[in-house]
Amino acid sequence: MISVVLNGEARELGDPATVADAVAAVEAPERGVAVAVDGEVVSRGAWGRTSLSDGQSVEVLQAVQGG
Amino acid sequence: MTTDLEIAGRRFASRLIIGTGGFRTLDSLAQALEASGAEMATLALRRVDPSARGSLVEVLERAGVKLLPNTAGCFTARDAVTTAKLAREAFETDWVKLEVIGDDRTLLPDPAELLEAAEELVADGFTVLPYTSDDPVLARRLADAGCAAVMPLGSPIGSGMGIANPYNLRLIVEEAEVPVVLDAGIGTASDATLAMELGCDAVLLASAVARAERPARMARAMRLAVEAGRDAREAGRIPHRLYARASTPPEGVPELS
Repeated sequence: MISVVLNGEARELGDPATVADAVAAVEAPERGVAVAVDGEVVSRGAWGRTSLSDGQSVEVLQAVQGG
Repeated sequence: MTTDLEIAGRRFASRLIIGTGGFRTLDSLAQALEASGAEMATLALRRVDPSARGSLVEVLERAGVKLLPNTAGCFTARDAVTTAKLAREAFETDWVKLEVIGDDRTLLPDPAELLEAAEELVADGFTVLPYTSDDPVLARRLADAGCAAVMPLGSPIGSGMGIANPYNLRLIVEEAEVPVVLDAGIGTASDATLAMELGCDAVLLASAVARAERPARMARAMRLAVEAGRDAREAGRIPHRLYARASTPPEGVPELS
């Protein structure tokens, strides 16, 4: 298992795990979603081929009302 | 006879921009958007919440408005820049309402961080619309840095206090070489009208409509208010005078006593 911090919470993902797995784990909607790993943006096209390792911080964000 | 608003080469018939924050339901937002006639609306990014109902993106698409993501919640240039890049990814637009906050009670912008973030985002090809204070010097620095517009506040976000310093706003309008969008603090229709009469090119508001008792009604009021203010400005108002200037001619007055 891979231990990451996903949206602020400790989470275990299967090994190997990609960003796409993390996105699925939080049940993100289809559209209006963006991901950062350790503070760096990972584009949607790269989700499936960006692997995650222990201790990384993953933020999966969605559109909300604001501004 | 009115001309369109133009920002970064994009034209808008409406000079009212709606912020989506504060609406109690997506339905309320949808109705208000329609009543407002707005052609652009802001939205934000937050951690995914699987329990959230409905799709904000769908509501905005159905309303046919251009998306303007914001960097709300950012206190540093670094966070704001990353957030803008995340928004560009999520919403496929390089337009961004840049917010970098310096104080969490007043939500006033941090000028130093804001300018730094603006410069970096402009360099990265973003169309930057910065939420700023009503300081004419900061507005000038932001415009010089390549921002597509400047968006000075009237008063703090959500405060409903209207335009606290109309003189500063006039100074900003006078020397601005990019569109000026009054953003934050609008409370009711007359505030929006005043902003346009002072020469602003557009108004951005959220709370005044979202948190009104009847948002769609207030959205309609704001639509009319912005148009009225713009017409009044373009019509060329009479000056303020200390003394009266009779509107009925003095010649030909009969002697009746």
